[in-house]
Amino acid sequence: MDTLQDAPARPADGRAEELVRIRNCRQAYHKDSSVDLVVLDNVELTLHSGEIVGLLGRSGSGKSTLLRIVSGLLAPTSGEVSWRGKPLRGPAPGVAMVFQSFALFPWLTVQANVELGLEAKGVGRAERERLAEEAIELIGLGGYENAYPKELSGGMRQRVGLARGLVVHPDLLLMDEPFSALDVLTAENLRTDLIELWAEKRLPVKSLLIVTHNIEEAVLMCDRILVFSSNPGRVAHELKVPFAHPRNRHDFAFRQFVDRIYGLMTKRVQEPTQPDLAPDSAAQLAKKFQALPMLPTNLMAGLMETILAEPYRGRADLPLLATSLQLELDELLPLGETMQLLRFAELEEGDIRLTEAGTAFVLADLDQRKLILRDTLRVNIPLVADIRAVLDDRWNHRARAERFRDELEDHMSPDYARETLQTIIGWGRYAELFDYDEEADQFFLDEDDTPA
Amino acid sequence: MLKDRLPVNIAARTAPNLFDIAAIVCMLGLAVAVGTIARHTFGPLTAPNATTIHLDPSYLPGYAMRTTLRMFAALVFSLLFTFTYPVWAAKSRRAGVILVPVLDILQSIPILGFLTFTVTFFMNLFPGRVLGAELAAIFVIFTSQAWNMAFSMYQSLKTVPTDLEEVTRSFGLSSWQKFWRLEVPFAMPGLVWNTMMSMSGGWFMVVASETVSVGSTNVVLPGIGSYVGVAVAHRDIVAVLYAILTMLVVILLYDQLLFRPLVAWSARFRFETTQGAVAKDPWMLSLLRRTHLLNQTSRTFGDFLTRIGGLQIGRRPDAPRRPVLPPRIMDGVWIGILVAVVGLALWQVVLYAAGSLSLREVGHVALLGCYTMIRVVVMITLASMVWVPVGVWLGLRPAWARRAQPVAQFLAAFPANLFFPIFVVVIVHYSLNVNVWLTPLMILGTQWYILFNVIAGAAAFPADLLEVADNFRLGGWRWWVRVILPGIFPYYVTGGLTASGGAWNASILSEVASWGSTTLTAQGLGSYIAQATAAGATARVALGITMMAAFVIAFNRILWRPLYSFAQRRLTFA
Repeated sequence: MDTLQDAPARPADGRAEELVRIRNCRQAYHKDSSVDLVVLDNVELTLHSGEIVGLLGRSGSGKSTLLRIVSGLLAPTSGEVSWRGKPLRGPAPGVAMVFQSFALFPWLTVQANVELGLEAKGVGRAERERLAEEAIELIGLGGYENAYPKELSGGMRQRVGLARGLVVHPDLLLMDEPFSALDVLTAENLRTDLIELWAEKRLPVKSLLIVTHNIEEAVLMCDRILVFSSNPGRVAHELKVPFAHPRNRHDFAFRQFVDRIYGLMTKRVQEPTQPDLAPDSAAQLAKKFQALPMLPTNLMAGLMETILAEPYRGRADLPLLATSLQLELDELLPLGETMQLLRFAELEEGDIRLTEAGTAFVLADLDQRKLILRDTLRVNIPLVADIRAVLDDRWNHRARAERFRDELEDHMSPDYARETLQTIIGWGRYAELFDYDEEADQFFLDEDDTPA
Repeated sequence: MLKDRLPVNIAARTAPNLFDIAAIVCMLGLAVAVGTIARHTFGPLTAPNATTIHLDPSYLPGYAMRTTLRMFAALVFSLLFTFTYPVWAAKSRRAGVILVPVLDILQSIPILGFLTFTVTFFMNLFPGRVLGAELAAIFVIFTSQAWNMAFSMYQSLKTVPTDLEEVTRSFGLSSWQKFWRLEVPFAMPGLVWNTMMSMSGGWFMVVASETVSVGSTNVVLPGIGSYVGVAVAHRDIVAVLYAILTMLVVILLYDQLLFRPLVAWSARFRFETTQGAVAKDPWMLSLLRRTHLLNQTSRTFGDFLTRIGGLQIGRRPDAPRRPVLPPRIMDGVWIGILVAVVGLALWQVVLYAAGSLSLREVGHVALLGCYTMIRVVVMITLASMVWVPVGVWLGLRPAWARRAQPVAQFLAAFPANLFFPIFVVVIVHYSLNVNVWLTPLMILGTQWYILFNVIAGAAAFPADLLEVADNFRLGGWRWWVRVILPGIFPYYVTGGLTASGGAWNASILSEVASWGSTTLTAQGLGSYIAQATAAGATARVALGITMMAAFVIAFNRILWRPLYSFAQRRLTFA
């Protein structure tokens, strides 16, 4: 215990030393076509000892990429990364990482997993065992030293992941969505324990950097929050959290702070109205090749029905809606945005409001709903209109999906391209605009849909 | 579970490319070179070693011991190969470009085809001594084991989970530490399974390699295989039965003492985070785990290995890489070297082939290849028609499946060539058509792969789907086509591929069979190679095995791999 208590060299006088400094960082993946896929653009980040910093953003905003750049696992395409004043090359010795998937070695016991980092440093066996036992004890896993990871629950496994990171007494502990693979209660329990250790200065680290998409989690834990915007990833806002630990999430000020971040994260999505754009302008192209999240039509309909019904009556506060539906922001926001894209809803200042078309959709029966969706798709989703136009043109009413996928991939990562196409296929089938033959990877028109 | 058991080459690559051809050319060139050097440099081949084999059954335990030792000697070499070649291929992009296709071709070459070249080579390396012959035999066994073990290793190294890989990098494990802490454990289940499969194939080859005649060189090594050879020459059916009995005991021991415990033990390295159904430990493993002394010994040994694996050898991830030349130039140099080697090999092969082979011969051999292919196809079809229903029946009854599975695996390991004389006796006795009745021999040993894979597939079939079928009273034909056959298909493909590869290999032994002075020969590529080997006609052997390798590769790429990828896409429960 002694060493652990001695270890945190957090200056009590508030004079913090600089650990990480990132300047003008850009990360892009080279594509076969001329356009590079930019994941991070012009990112600045400075980390000091004695603070917990949160990187908050939606999936795909590049925050995990930034975390890997900080850790030295990934070298940025351009920009400067310095660690304690020196340029960073390769994994820095004073940085440890905790993974979303826990990333434990299933063939090693808890003890051996925790010792791994010490072994790499060449620490002697006796010392290794002592340090590992300390870390295991600290993180509340005493007695589990000889268990294998598969014998443990998710929460216990992440504790092992934490102990493995802490045992090397890193200056900086990086946490990549550490609680998002856990159920709500377990996550809360682990967060509380971690913050308690931090507040009591018993964690042998100088600083924590946490990647998360959970706004409440960020406000609960962090001293400073960097809010990311997507496409390309940028630090859109930086906020200082003015509360002392332990924080109460039911506090009025706390709720207000959370609401404010919701507002910030939904504000950006306002887009220029259609007529302003010249056809084939850059903005028009960007709109055509916008990444679409998986949005099954059932889910969309269910959500719209909920918003129209009591108590929301057509307008819902996003944090409230998220809590009552047990959805995370990361799940709810893309839904809202996509509904906005379809002109079924509007997002305004942390609220979602159904439009006339959206209300009409909810009140319609199945056949009418198909018609409404068909109309809005052809008008508002250029890619859908494009596919249908190509199909109408062909004598056999078939077209390779690959070509559309390739076009999409020029504007997004292959994973997003696949997801977007899948969403479009789902919509096309629901609206009976076109069908898709998975085996042949082709779009086609069903007999009934073929124009006369 | 299924993943470990797949023939590892199958998932790898489908489209043949330039490097496959380069690999073939290189290997042919090497073979020609080795053959030529051996012939010309070492002069006339040495006289046969006079080893007398006694038919008295009391000699059998000793012979069995010799055979088993050969087997394990080869295993040691195979493991050495597995921990070097594929590691190099996986770690170095440049080396991988040529090493992987070479491995792919190597495992399609009929193993007995290597004999001609290696026997000559090793015998001349140690003229007049038994060591040369021993090494030649061990090399044959090695070739039957090494390739799929190596492929399994390569495949595992290429699929190491990224998050674990990131852990090793962020904690600064050196390349040596990473290899022993992450990569080897991750590869372990697949490697153990493939080693077991390799050993099964190895028994067949060890028996075959103990009596070999290449031209005027006769190799007779004391062992079960040569015992059977002598028994056949003396028309002594009782001795053959004794040999079969001995082999049964040997394989039973090897299975119970070594591989059951190993497979069960390797389950700990399975990369799954949930606690699956825990199978009962085999008795041998329980013994090892519970007996204090044995436990202590194995723990000390394990500790020692852990320490070795923890040594800080090799490059650490934060050490800067300093390439000698810019990568582009290095690539250029490397491609240049490859082209030069391939060119040289091609030149040698063409020169050699032009001198000793005619186009007519090639056509003739291709025709023989077709004969053998028809045999393989017919036999696989027949075996499937018999063993798929049996396997399904057994697999759906857990109590039966548990017992039948090890038996089928055991049968697959048993060297079927020990049974060949019995068939020959029957054929001779009833004067049956040789071309037809020698055919079943090729599938004798490999049909079991179909059986135990189908059993595994049926046993893994989701119970709720069976209940649906029952609920809707799906019966008879519909039940087979709609329910069970699609469900077991991926497993069946795995078994079928292994069985067909084994059948091609076995054809070299099964198309020529003798009993005393009577020799039965069926027309086919296998007998062509066998006869060319016996005559010491290097060029014809080379032609024969190249043709067979080409048939096997074509067979795999045109039939099995597409079937497999179809099964992967459509017929897996996910």
